[in-house]
Order: sequence, then C-alpha cells, then structure tokens
Amino acid sequence: MTSPMRIRANVRDGVVDVRVLMAHEMETGQRVENGRPVPAWFINEVVATHNGKTVMTAQWGPAVSKNPYLQFRFRGGAAGEKIAIKWTDNRGESRTDEATIA
Amino acid sequence: MKTVDNTRRRVVQTGGALAAFAAAGLLPTDALAAWNQAAFEGKNIPDTLKALNLDNPTPSGDLQIVASDIAENGAVVPIQIVSRIPNTTRIALMVEKNPNMLAAVFDVPEGMLPDVATRIRMQQTSNIVAVAVAGGKVHTVTREIKVTLGGCGG
Repeated sequence: MTSPMRIRANVRDGVVDVRVLMAHEMETGQRVENGRPVPAWFINEVVATHNGKTVMTAQWGPAVSKNPYLQFRFRGGAAGEKIAIKWTDNRGESRTDEATIA
Repeated sequence: MKTVDNTRRRVVQTGGALAAFAAAGLLPTDALAAWNQAAFEGKNIPDTLKALNLDNPTPSGDLQIVASDIAENGAVVPIQIVSRIPNTTRIALMVEKNPNMLAAVFDVPEGMLPDVATRIRMQQTSNIVAVAVAGGKVHTVTREIKVTLGGCGG
C-alpha cells in the first residue's frame, strides 16, 4: 500500500517549479528495534516526466529524510499541462502520481 | 547521409559508455538508469566519487549549497544545491560523517535547471559536499552544517 504524493507545479516566466512530498518510511537500515536490525527500505529512484520527456531523474540513498521532499525546476512547461512523478523503492515497489501545472 | 552518420556515431558512443559501465560491474541487466549501489555504499568521499565515475573535482564558486548553518533536527535537514555552471548535467550530494556518504544524485536533462532541493538525514555535525558535472569537468563545494540532534540512530 502506498499513499499518494502531494505535487505542486507552478509556471512562471516559462520555468516550472515543482514541489513534491512523497509518503515513505525511508528506513535507513541502521536502526535496531527490539534487538533486531530493521532492514533498509527507501525510495532509490525518482523520475519526473512532462509530455513524455524526462525532466528530472534522481537516485537516492537512505540518507534522504522520511516522507521525502523534492523541489526542482525545468523549462518548457505551460499551465494546464501535466507532470508525472514516479518513485521506485529498493523493494521494487513503485508509485506514479500526476499533477496539472498551474 | 549526414544524419545517418550522426545516428550511427551516437549509437557507437552510447554503446561504448554502456560497455564501460558493464565492465565496471555497474550495469544490472534489467535497468539502464540503474541505482548505483557501489556509490551509495561508499564509506568515504574518494570511494564514492570513484563509484560515480567523478575524477578530480575542483572547488567552484559557481556551485552553491543553500542551507542554514545549524540544523536543529538531523533527521530533517533542508538542503538546496544550485549550480551556475553552464551545461551542468549531474549533481551529487554527500554528507561526510554519515555511515554512507552519498545521499542523492540528480541527473539534469536538457531543460531542467541545475537547482534542486530536498531534505536529508545527518548523523552529526558534518561537512556537506556537493559535486556538479558540467561539460566533462567535475566541480565541488563544501560546507559545514552543525547538527544539534543526530538523525540516523533509533
């Protein structure tokens, strides 16, 4: 079960500012609970696409905070168009959410 | 005729790069944009840079780490990296005193501005090292952030 991302995308002077809040434990693998290590579980790849074109890719390690926040900017988007964000975690689970550029 | 040649050239170059990756054992069979496990498991900056294939980083004033000097909570440290170096294609973020240095790597495709922000964990007061690749050159900048409460343990 994964929860939706919160995505805000605003265009100004041809530059789209994208802010994403993902819901994920981002377990580091360093933590011990009841005497047993908790295995690492984290988003390790994020890809953003706009009109079928990749506008951002990221590789992450477990040092990214729980419920990760990401902000990036790209040129060439317009209001009303869609942006899609996809994350994949180290268990192979993934989630894609879309937002409309405002 | 020329376009055909160009295409061929590109295929040859891409193939060469992939072959190099495969030789280094970095290319899993199922994904091209592979998660670089060796880099994320690096325990010191030189090893991490090597795993990322980044040689000879030179300090640059055009690369900037935007963050506050003191982080109260090491579990959530907001960091922004801004590169003013033309043709920046890749940005990496490392924390010197974390169990594994590398926190994040961003690829900057055409159209994206080399300006990213996220929140990271810091185990303790440490130098943050940002690295940017632009036109085949590797640039770096370092900045210390003090952490009042560590963010890695349980």
